[in-house]
Amino acid sequence: MKRRYLKQHLFLLTVRGSALLIALAICGFFIFIFVRGYGVISWEFITEAPRDMMTKGGIMPAIIGTLYLTLGALAVALPLGVLAAVYLSEYAKEGRLLRFIRVGIRCLAGVPSVVFGLFGLGLFVVRFGFGSSILAGSLTLGFLILPTIIGASEEALKAVPRTFREASLGLGVSKWQTTTRIVMPNALPGILTGSILSIGRAAGETAPIMFTAAAFFTASLPKSIFDEVMALPYHIYVLATAGTRIAETRPIQYGTVLVLVGLVFGINIIAILLRSRARKTKRW
Amino acid sequence: MTRTLKELFIKNILLLFALVSVIILGLIVLFLFLEGLPVFEVVSVADFLFGLEWYPTYDPPDYGIWPLIVGSLVVTFFAALLAIPLGVLSAVYIAELAPGPVKEIFKPLVELLAGLPSVVLGFFGMAVVAPLLQNTFNLPTGLNIVNASLILAFMAVPTIASITEDALYSVPAEFKEASYALGATKAETIVNVVMPAALSGIATAVMLGMARAIGETMVVLMVAGGAAAVPESIFDPVRPMPASIAAEMGEAPVGSIHYHALFATGIVLFFMTLAFNLAADYISERFRETGSGTL
Amino acid sequence: MKESNHIITTENVNFYYGDFKALQDITMGFEKNRVTALIGPSGCGKSTLLRLLNRMNDLIDGTRVEGKVLFEGADIYDPRVDPVDIRRRIGMVFQKPNPFPKSIFKNVAYGPRVNGVCRKRDLDALVEKSLLQASLWNEVKDILDRSAMTLSGGQQQRLCIARALAMKPDVLLMDEPTSALDPVSTAKIEELIEELKKDYTIIIVTHNMQQAARVSDCTGFFYLGRVIEYNRTDLLFTTPEKKQTEDYITGRFG
Repeated sequence: MKRRYLKQHLFLLTVRGSALLIALAICGFFIFIFVRGYGVISWEFITEAPRDMMTKGGIMPAIIGTLYLTLGALAVALPLGVLAAVYLSEYAKEGRLLRFIRVGIRCLAGVPSVVFGLFGLGLFVVRFGFGSSILAGSLTLGFLILPTIIGASEEALKAVPRTFREASLGLGVSKWQTTTRIVMPNALPGILTGSILSIGRAAGETAPIMFTAAAFFTASLPKSIFDEVMALPYHIYVLATAGTRIAETRPIQYGTVLVLVGLVFGINIIAILLRSRARKTKRW
Repeated sequence: MTRTLKELFIKNILLLFALVSVIILGLIVLFLFLEGLPVFEVVSVADFLFGLEWYPTYDPPDYGIWPLIVGSLVVTFFAALLAIPLGVLSAVYIAELAPGPVKEIFKPLVELLAGLPSVVLGFFGMAVVAPLLQNTFNLPTGLNIVNASLILAFMAVPTIASITEDALYSVPAEFKEASYALGATKAETIVNVVMPAALSGIATAVMLGMARAIGETMVVLMVAGGAAAVPESIFDPVRPMPASIAAEMGEAPVGSIHYHALFATGIVLFFMTLAFNLAADYISERFRETGSGTL
Repeated sequence: MKESNHIITTENVNFYYGDFKALQDITMGFEKNRVTALIGPSGCGKSTLLRLLNRMNDLIDGTRVEGKVLFEGADIYDPRVDPVDIRRRIGMVFQKPNPFPKSIFKNVAYGPRVNGVCRKRDLDALVEKSLLQASLWNEVKDILDRSAMTLSGGQQQRLCIARALAMKPDVLLMDEPTSALDPVSTAKIEELIEELKKDYTIIIVTHNMQQAARVSDCTGFFYLGRVIEYNRTDLLFTTPEKKQTEDYITGRFG
């Protein structure tokens, strides 16, 4: 009997220990990032361009660049994703075609981000001649987040009660009108939440934009979608690995990390708040 | 009649949108091959895959990616060694042991980690873990297999934990009750009943976690050390495939042999992650069919 | 029953869910401006038949219809027929009230709006008329902008009836419309059915035999996917011809 309880305790201890270790590691990580970066961040840091070989000044162009790229990615992925989800949720019938599409979406979701980078380089930058640009980067990031947006939108569409569709169809309203006037408006909060979460992912991705959009330094802000941009994740990477002044720019690196983490989490928190508000005010 | 035609038209347009993902996937494969295959005019497939020398910028250059493949596999293996027990046990904690309020804090914490940009983790590995390793073990560099595996494991834990947790939740309560009724302790019930019942879900979680680790770029690019050689110790630096692609693509002129060699490396990487993903898919698909009825 | 008075007739209709034959050889006529009740134990096929009459079963994958369903003499399962047109003329009220999460006004105006009625004056008139017909107007005329979800269950169901009436259908199908309601609301709906049959043909599925006896002119008794007996309601309930019908209405089974 005693041995049995010993084993029980040992197992439970391991489980609790693992969870504690993970929790401590995560907390420690965030606290560390925050403490190191907090002192660096100031109004100037957010609103000024880098100076003196990146060792002074701020990161404003990188913030702007990341905003452009993320919004561009959303502009690509949102319409494609929502309409694909409408097909999957409202129109598709079980069968080979549907299975084929679903496997395709899952495989696309599993493609490593650096391979997306290669694809963007081969197709948009070289073949289409967009060069390294906001356009090429947005398209690449857009296709990267497409499976996430499809998944979130489909889930939101499927959550709309079947009775709403029946009521509308029963009135002699066509399927498309039922979809656009009843199903989609009611799925909107869910679609938005999922899309915002995927924006957070797009904002933090580095590998797909390395060869398709990101620049080490640009003298001025982008003027068109064919311009290269600076971007927060790439800025971190470059400052931390390239050049001769890695140690000198370390504070700026920590500051940029904190801004990026803050941005991504800010986006996620907006999505989470939106979701809980939508749940509270859910009208069915 | 016109309305029926219009509806049919709309349905087919929507189908096109649904097919975009498949088309993109096809284009990705097409471009990898289009830009990758030319390298085999210079080097044979066997020499490319199993060649021990990766010196693409030397004269004459060598295009053997074996060290890169080994680098990818080694860091993924050690990351798995850490991440699987930690991820699975954390999930067991959340699903079976954690009291309500603790769960309310722990779950979002893990979700936060999942949403963290990988460049930030890579940066952390460079700036914090590397000096720590270097000083503690008195190494020439802290950027090595151990560092990369640690950071990759940290990244893979949320993926493994959240999917495992779902699998544990889907184990019917009757199973647990039956076990308790036989006088089994909580630990025995978890080990002998709950975890075996959730096994395929856990396997799916592990596969997806590994797929994420092997395809991860920024972490290995920043902390694996970058040495294109087959490692001899866990403190050796390596150059996993994604790191090689990301680091060298900037310098490889478009259309050069080096450029094609990097795309060909992309082919290998693509199919390796695909294998992990399809394995995960296969396991979860089988799981759905058999359901809770089979233990 | 005179043949010419039938607005809908079914001829030798079989219906399948996949391999399962849910309806067998149904031949019935539904009289214009009358209330026809379909009764029978759960799973007997009465709801399936109802949903077949305005092609709502089309929405379920793997279903198949054999035989003919004639609406004003034309087969509604003819491949050239658009089910949307059929549903405009044959409206439906569901088991559970299912208003849209919109205002009361917008719920009633939804159908006409989609079909191109956009002048405010026309819509106002149509909404008022439909709500009057559904005897809901007096209760909601001052709160038309309020969400339909704030209404009680009985009010919601009458709103759904008003919503269906706003499409000016010829036939109204009701699928156990009071099964989710309290007795007072049920009585109101039954009164309403009595009113409505002046202008509409009503076919109602009910699990409640008293209700069938109270509101209907004709009643069909279903069992295991077949029509066992179909007759005037007063006759069916007082002198059933078949043993199974008698057993069911006297409460011996079901």
